[in-house]
Amino acid sequence: MMIWMIIGMAIVTAVPRFLPAFIVDFIHFPPWVDRWLNAIPYAALGALIFPGVMSVKPDAPQIGVIAGLVAVLLAWLNIHIIFVVIGAILSVFLLTL
Amino acid sequence: MVKRGVMAGFPIMLGYFPIALTYGVLANQSGMTTVELTLMSVLVFAGAAQFLAVGMVAAGTGMGEIIIATFVLNFRHFVMSLSFVNRLKNIALRAKLPLTLGLTDETFTVSALYRKEAKEDYGAYFYTALILTAYVSWVGGSFAGGILGDIMPPRLSESMGVALYAMFIGLLVPSVKKHYRIAFIAIAAMAVNYVCQSFGMNQGWAIVIGTVAGGFSGIWILRGEEEEQ
Repeated sequence: MMIWMIIGMAIVTAVPRFLPAFIVDFIHFPPWVDRWLNAIPYAALGALIFPGVMSVKPDAPQIGVIAGLVAVLLAWLNIHIIFVVIGAILSVFLLTL
Repeated sequence: MVKRGVMAGFPIMLGYFPIALTYGVLANQSGMTTVELTLMSVLVFAGAAQFLAVGMVAAGTGMGEIIIATFVLNFRHFVMSLSFVNRLKNIALRAKLPLTLGLTDETFTVSALYRKEAKEDYGAYFYTALILTAYVSWVGGSFAGGILGDIMPPRLSESMGVALYAMFIGLLVPSVKKHYRIAFIAIAAMAVNYVCQSFGMNQGWAIVIGTVAGGFSGIWILRGEEEEQ
């Protein structure tokens, strides 16, 4: 089961990656499609972050939210993403002591 | 050329390893075997999608939703690939094709900083070396994380559940700082996702719909941005 899921994920990831190599000379997007596609990564990140972050500790959603805010603060201060991740992990670790 | 490519890929290597390690630990805890989680890195090579899949596996989401969510999440690579192959006009298709399979947010961004190599002799070797450096780090980190998952103390590994959210925040915040309007796209997606889930829709579909709908808000929000770029 898991193996088929991985193969399925591999195919749907690979096709959009290699398709442009064949079609780049033939298509031109209208500007609004460009803007939609440009917005997709930000929308995806938003949907991935909330409300999922509240499920870090399902019995205490505030812990996930606080750790998320710590991550926002660290990222806002231009701290490298590795330390943003470590900072959030530490926050949860300390809050659940 | 190979050496220059590895040097260009080195920062990605440093960035990928700990995140891949975290992925491996989380995947291990969601019940995947080391072989499965490493194979996913080998075949999929897309960080955010792999974290999403692991989260959905842990939440008991079905295979169909996970594959569709992966497709929606990774469709941005289509656009990156368009711009990438457009730049590699001098490189033969048989070299370009495998390169596009190694495109991620990071390899795309870094390769975009090295434009002149595309026009030089053996330029394909440069991009191949850059991407392979990132790839090896990602796959190796995943494998190491899968093995570490078994010996990691439970309290620490539970705390690591927040890692993927922190990584997503860490990827989003710099863009928001650059253009505050981007926050509205993310918030629109969060709101749609939250509303869908409140109405009892399962997490996987809610994320897909939130992403597509939130992305649509970008049609208006990103207007005017093209002139700035």
